[in-house]
Amino acid sequence: MEGGSKVSEYRLEMHDVVKTFPGVKALDGAQLKLRPGTVHALMGENGAGKSTLMKCMFGIYHMDEGEVLYEGEKVQIKGPLDALNRGIAMVHQELQPIPERSIGENIYVGRYPTKKAGPLTLIDHEKMYEDAAKVLEEVHLNFEPKAKLGSLSVSQMQLVEIAKAVSADCKVLILDEPTSSLTAAEVEALFTIIGELREKGVSIVYISHKMDEILRISDEVTIMRDGQYIGTWASKDLTTDFIITKMVGRALSELYPARGNTPGEVVFEVEDFTSINPKSFRHVSFQLKKGEILGVAGLVGAQRTELMEGLFGLRAHTAGRIKYKGKELKVNQPRDAINNRIAMLTEDRRATGILGVLSIADNVSIASLDQYLIGGVMLDDAKIENLVQENVAKLSIKTPSSKTQIQSLSGGNQQKVLISRWLANNPDIFIMDEPTRGIDVGAKYEIYCIIAEMAKQGKSIIMISSEMSELIGMSDRIMVMCDGRVTGIIDGKEANQENIMTLATQFE
Amino acid sequence: MQKSFDVKKFMSNNAIILLILLLSALTGFTTKNFITWTNFGNLVVNVSPRFIIACGVSGCLITKGTDLSAGRAVGLAACLSAMMLQSIDYAARMFPWMPDIPWPIALLITMVIMGAFGAINGVVISILKVPPFIATLGMQTIIYGLCSLITNNQPMGGYKKSYLTIASGSIGPIPYLMIFAAVVGAYFWFLYNKTRHGKYMYAIGGNENAAQVAGVNVQASLIRIYILAGCMYALAGFLVGAKAGGASTATGMGYELEAIAACTIGGVSANGGVGKVGGILIGVLVFEILKICLQFLRVDPAYTYIAQGLVIVIAVALDLRKYLQKK
Repeated sequence: MEGGSKVSEYRLEMHDVVKTFPGVKALDGAQLKLRPGTVHALMGENGAGKSTLMKCMFGIYHMDEGEVLYEGEKVQIKGPLDALNRGIAMVHQELQPIPERSIGENIYVGRYPTKKAGPLTLIDHEKMYEDAAKVLEEVHLNFEPKAKLGSLSVSQMQLVEIAKAVSADCKVLILDEPTSSLTAAEVEALFTIIGELREKGVSIVYISHKMDEILRISDEVTIMRDGQYIGTWASKDLTTDFIITKMVGRALSELYPARGNTPGEVVFEVEDFTSINPKSFRHVSFQLKKGEILGVAGLVGAQRTELMEGLFGLRAHTAGRIKYKGKELKVNQPRDAINNRIAMLTEDRRATGILGVLSIADNVSIASLDQYLIGGVMLDDAKIENLVQENVAKLSIKTPSSKTQIQSLSGGNQQKVLISRWLANNPDIFIMDEPTRGIDVGAKYEIYCIIAEMAKQGKSIIMISSEMSELIGMSDRIMVMCDGRVTGIIDGKEANQENIMTLATQFE
Repeated sequence: MQKSFDVKKFMSNNAIILLILLLSALTGFTTKNFITWTNFGNLVVNVSPRFIIACGVSGCLITKGTDLSAGRAVGLAACLSAMMLQSIDYAARMFPWMPDIPWPIALLITMVIMGAFGAINGVVISILKVPPFIATLGMQTIIYGLCSLITNNQPMGGYKKSYLTIASGSIGPIPYLMIFAAVVGAYFWFLYNKTRHGKYMYAIGGNENAAQVAGVNVQASLIRIYILAGCMYALAGFLVGAKAGGASTATGMGYELEAIAACTIGGVSANGGVGKVGGILIGVLVFEILKICLQFLRVDPAYTYIAQGLVIVIAVALDLRKYLQKK
């Protein structure tokens, strides 16, 4: 249909993209077609492959298969610098700031304006700061370009990141969850900038989980699931329900298992818990009941993870008490918590969860080795193998053998191995930080079933999640945090997207 | 699901070992007396202390650390043993007031002292968070300085017979040195495979942060590892001294690199979390065979150093290749 020489109606096209990481097929036939002068929303659950696809477009990853057409021509993007030179810019989900350098330098890092001084090529600081001032003005930011980036707040840094992308005079701008740490007013400012860029003919890829934002500012929506392309629709034809159904791949009513737990008496009580870092959690108080699932909601930067790490002894606190089963509990390091039958599944599986090169057996048993000693010295391999087999069967972990390296398993199976690690200690309190992050839909459901079963057995669960529907679908109560403080606790039955977001954006 | 045997992969994973086996075959065919019992005996005697050093340093490597003080520690241990074990009627005794100490006591004292140095390494690395490379490089120089001080830069000899017999004696055809090495090997195998300490060590090497979250006492484990390493250098230094019949500040120089190279050739990964005692033994053997081959081929010692250095770097490069992820 389309001749090779014909000018394409698309600014950029990606076809049949495949990208495999050890143990996961992150992209499997992904596709994206961007028109000039449009905002194109890219949607999908966590782990659907949105960020991976964008990193392929921006040259951070090299795709295993597939092709990229840029203005109708087949291109190979070799790296971020190549992408920038072609006019593709990206604002990352995780910021990469250099806080000790100036705002101007952060904007022009890696592509400083230069001047000649005899045989030498020097950085033209004067020009850099002039240009930076212009760019900042263009995006309506009133910052001094010579100020240190570190003097700004996280959300202001995010806006500087956007200024940086704009300064590249880009034709394609990728925004990966740009509003995750912005206040309502800042979001409005961002939308104004996006509108202006669209007028100039820039193609904008907009990744976000917030339905209202998507429906408001996007022209087209592409939905991905499990690394695959599901479809592209014009935004005006879409409804929230339709998007969710397409993203999840099944009807909403089947997303979460029925829970048979009945919350009992209070077992765990936190009073006035305050971090040593003044910007982190402070004056946090809450109660946790036996057999209860307590959801924890909040925006990025709400310090939910930091709070839980504080309770688990991974971070220090200055003030506050923990009352546990009627007694005061001192936690200075994870061992103190573990010895009191508290478990914690951390947010970043790769960084603080799995022991990548070690076997499933080692990964399952590492936190409970004291239980398998013969004569106080020698480990009982048969007992460990029993434990592993029991868990492999109970949590249906898919692995060739107990000696397989954990890093070769899929994300969902890795998560189940980590859950087994803690179940081996028979915890009474299980803190789970984003337990379903980066896990495919089927495995998510299995993890929900495990959580529900644990609660039914009388274990208390604290579940941090950034997925609203997950929190609402799984929690007995939802604790909402904003900027280090607990801004409210909502009963699970009364919780909805609006009342959670209201509390989550209650900045001081 | 078992994949068929991949010849190419096997070759690249064991490239150094295969190359050196090839080299020894070449040496065997082109020179006289290479494949003989005497030479084999020499190999065993040379390998034994080096295997003990490699075992010591392996724990540091598996936990993503290193110990550059190993060689100098061996030297200091040899000198300490020498001071205590000079023959009582030897005219040039370093310390004439030193009583007649039985060798097991001398060995024990040496191990305690070197263990203390290991403890300092461990504390500096795990609590003060100084990168192991820097911490042990500093310790290397400190130990050398101390060794020069206490020996007055004088070489020592005139050992008593019971000490010398440890290197020269044997039970039947089996040299005492080999028995020491075998006991150490068995001990490390048990430690690495059958105890909590071993599991914690691999866990720390695999992912220190995750190990901490899982309740592993990372600091205590690391300190234990470096203490044990120090004790092994003590034993090795004691044996090296007996074997040489003397000790000086130069004893043990460069042994740390040999030990690290042997571990890497034997599959201890510089990326941490991986390494087996059997592999370490193979690594030490292979590295020692390389040295003997070059000797038999009459390669100038200067070139021998160059070859050894190359082998170390290539071994680490090949090892890291296995872990490099394609982007």
